[in-house]
Amino acid sequence: MADLRCDFVGIRSPNPFWLASAPPTDKEYNVRRAFEAGWGGVVWKTLGLDPHIVNVNGPRYGAVWGADRRLLGLNNIELITDRPLETNLREIKAVKRDWPDRAMVVSLMVPCDEASWKSILPLVEETGADGVELNFGCPHGMSERGMGSAVGQVPEYIEMVARWCKANTRMPVIVKLTPNITDIRFPARAAFRGGADAVSLINTVSSITSVDLDTFSPLPSIDGKGSHGGYCGPAVKPIALNMVAEIARDAETRGRPISGIGGITTWRDAAEFMALGAGSVQVCTAAMTYGFRVVQEMIAGLGLWMDRGGHAKLADIVGRAVPNVTDWQYLNLNYVAKARIDQELCIKCGRCFAACEDTSHQAIAMLPGRVFEVKDDECVACNLCVNVCPVEGCITMERLAPGATDPRTGRVVPAEHANWTTHPNNPMAKAAE
Amino acid sequence: MKPSLAGEGPRASGIVAGRLPAEAIARNFSDIAPRFDDHEAMVAADRCYFCHDAPCVAACPTSIDIPMFIREIATGAAESAARTIFTQNILGGICARVCPTETLCEEACVREAAEGRPVEIGRLQRYATDTLVARGGHPFARAAATGRRVAVVGAGPSGLACAHRLAMLGHDVTIYDARPKAGGLNEYGIAAYKAPGGFAQAEFDWLLGIGGIEVRHGVALGRDLTLETLRADHDAVFLGVGLAGVNALGIEGEDKAGVRPAVEFIAELRQAADLGALPVGRRVVVIGGGMTAIDAAVQAKLLGAEDVTIVYRRGRDRMGASEYEQDLALSRGVRIVTGAVPLRAIGDGALAEVEFAHVREGEAGLEATGETFRLAADQVFKAIGQRLGPLPSRLALAGGKIAVEGPGRTSLPGVWAGGDCAAGGEDLTVTAVAEGRDAAMDIHAALCA
Ligand SMILES: Cc1cc2nc3c(=O)[nH]c(=O)nc-3n(C[C@H](O)[C@H](O)[C@H](O)COP(=O)(O)OP(=O)(O)OC[C@H]3O[C@@H](n4cnc5c(N)ncnc54)[C@H](O)[C@@H]3O)c2cc1C
Ligand SMILES: Cc1cc2nc3c(=O)[nH]c(=O)nc-3n(C[C@H](O)[C@H](O)[C@H](O)COP(=O)(O)O)c2cc1C
Ligand code: SF4
Repeated sequence: MADLRCDFVGIRSPNPFWLASAPPTDKEYNVRRAFEAGWGGVVWKTLGLDPHIVNVNGPRYGAVWGADRRLLGLNNIELITDRPLETNLREIKAVKRDWPDRAMVVSLMVPCDEASWKSILPLVEETGADGVELNFGCPHGMSERGMGSAVGQVPEYIEMVARWCKANTRMPVIVKLTPNITDIRFPARAAFRGGADAVSLINTVSSITSVDLDTFSPLPSIDGKGSHGGYCGPAVKPIALNMVAEIARDAETRGRPISGIGGITTWRDAAEFMALGAGSVQVCTAAMTYGFRVVQEMIAGLGLWMDRGGHAKLADIVGRAVPNVTDWQYLNLNYVAKARIDQELCIKCGRCFAACEDTSHQAIAMLPGRVFEVKDDECVACNLCVNVCPVEGCITMERLAPGATDPRTGRVVPAEHANWTTHPNNPMAKAAE
Repeated sequence: MKPSLAGEGPRASGIVAGRLPAEAIARNFSDIAPRFDDHEAMVAADRCYFCHDAPCVAACPTSIDIPMFIREIATGAAESAARTIFTQNILGGICARVCPTETLCEEACVREAAEGRPVEIGRLQRYATDTLVARGGHPFARAAATGRRVAVVGAGPSGLACAHRLAMLGHDVTIYDARPKAGGLNEYGIAAYKAPGGFAQAEFDWLLGIGGIEVRHGVALGRDLTLETLRADHDAVFLGVGLAGVNALGIEGEDKAGVRPAVEFIAELRQAADLGALPVGRRVVVIGGGMTAIDAAVQAKLLGAEDVTIVYRRGRDRMGASEYEQDLALSRGVRIVTGAVPLRAIGDGALAEVEFAHVREGEAGLEATGETFRLAADQVFKAIGQRLGPLPSRLALAGGKIAVEGPGRTSLPGVWAGGDCAAGGEDLTVTAVAEGRDAAMDIHAALCA
């Protein structure tokens, strides 16, 4: 089987699957059981300075479900660890001693002054931990106190704190980013500018998951009131993937180590993050939903996929999709496709028809006997029919070969690539050379 | 279950009561497809694709907007779902329980084509309608009174659907029914386990909540009333009298004790206060291939008959009962013999055997193969079809039923008909509802013209 061993900024683990800093990693009992289940590493639940914070004593999670109560998104208003610093440090040390081959990263969040960081780093170093992760991400509670995402939203602060940390520890420093900003590249650049060894992302997305329509309280409700929380789980994966890719292809940060986080639920999700440049991945909600054992599926699945594709080691897959992420303006406008409906597979639900007729390009004909056919002279290949079709593989996009005439435009499909930068409708177009 | 001793329980000879203990009877006749709980309904509703111009709607005789009501369930608005159903089919509650969905909406479901497992439309319909009915009250309001009076003969599904729609439109309706209770075959015919717990009467009472409907029980057209008086006293008349007659086998020995119409046995069963006290044979033979045959056979078995055999003249694929119904009978231990017709009922005094001839489909219809056989029987139920009861001779007939044109117009001006008694359409509860409703709309149009 493929070699899943992971070396991320010098932090070694038997596989790239780490548990993200969150309840699954908030005490010795959990982390030992996680390691027994096979997790390659953990990022310990974020430590702060004493006196330790407190959590609400009512519900701290809210959720979005699919019909069969499949958890699609989780929202939380939990803060960082609510146990004394000393307790956590003692436990970290004990676990690391017993599990030397697993990655032990410690997440930290202290006030934004050098003294605070300077005081906590040696204590962590003393546990034998492999690295630290600076939590500049939590969007709720801690941010009101000038920590978490309040720091992560100001690139200058990120750079400053990263620099303090690098100056005060020999451990690798990972900066965990918040997605609650307009352009993820700015905080990422700042982190690396400050000397960080890596960035990890995403932390949770600011959110209100729902409103109780009887009491008019946002959920989760604490005595009739609610506060925005942080959203995570499968629902945030596309947001996280894009942010990872943005950093992976940015001129200033290209090739720098990224630990991918956000909605990773299966080996496939993990592989996608890695293909977009993540050297390790972190998981929280999937473990909170299904328990620690899911890592076994992730390990087996990733290995199987790598074997099938002939990828021997993680380095063979990390970043492989990055060159294929581009800007819209470089997409090939001479790539012309048409929707094709496989009549054998079609179950005649007519969803493609409703979608295209009502909201797209009126390019599907409904013929007698509920036969649905694409009108090539109208189809713009938007893919909506593919996306709404309940049968996988029933509707596909077929490329028109160069030389063929597109019945919609009446034009012959050119063989060469042409994009917006040279398009005549583009006022900024450069003349084609 | 313990095997029973000879001469006891299922093995007691003759037509006797008390073949099974009370708990077994209660279990056997309990709700065959209980109401979904909220979560089951959500999961089932999520499977609906909300098809465009959905085939299930076309397959429903009352054209309920199925994808819409399922979407309403899925969003936690079961009462709106029920309104969507009742708007098209005021008897959506009983239909949810008795419709052979496997040959109607669920057969047309695209998921049936895709994976052989349709969306469970019938059970979702029951979930929605039960939810709204449990809330109490009536979902529709009557329009301002029109002062028009309509007579509805028969309080079965067709009559009730017609009466409700007319009342809703503001007309005053009087229903006349020959039997002591309303509901027609909902009350006297449908298999007990499909609508237990006095459902038919509860639904009837709920339906009357619209107001403007007066019901006269025990009044029979032909016996207590003439069509002429009805026409004279009302602005319109709707006939929903169903099929009161039963087809005879026309065989030797048909008059023996123990040989009786299946519908009679079923009506008795439906009205029995204590099913355990209802006598049934040890060896029961049911002749016929429709829903009535299946229901008589299954319920005889559930009462504790030891051997129950349905004998049908053609192949199973030609039976009126759906494959689902046939499988239900088989799963309850009923035997189905096909390709045989009864020749005579034999017995010295009491019935002992029935002799059958094997037949096959030939050029000119069924032909005897020359082979005969006998089945031991102490009870025979005839279920080879019902026909019209005595009716005013001036009504034109077609194929043994009242001839109708368009939405139930009979040959007599001012007289409409629908349901089983009218020609055309399948003899199903839902068809009767559709025809009653459509006739009401046509009557309304005529009265307002
Ligand atoms: C045993 C059996 C099982 C069935 N199972 C199913 C099933 O599972 N699903 C399904 O969809 N369909 C089933 N059917 C068919 C269904 O019950 C009928 O199609 C439906 O009831 C027809 O409705 P209707 O209103 O036309 O007549 P009916 O339900 O027969 O009602 C007619 C009414 O008219 C009254 N009446 C008759 N003559 C007179 C008169 N002269 N004067 C006054 N009143 C009169 C009767 O008392 C009765 O109340 C079954 C039928 C039988 C016999
Ligand atoms: C209940 C809860 C508590 C969390 N606490 C922390 C925390 O203390 N420190 C931190 O860096 N991230 C915290 N997170 C964020 C997760 O580490 C992770 O970044 C996020 O949940 C996205 O990953 P996922 O989609 O796999 O859950 C928390 C998440 C949850 C659900
Ligand atoms: S690809 Fe878009 S335009 Fe073409 S048929 Fe499908 S929905 Fe219509």
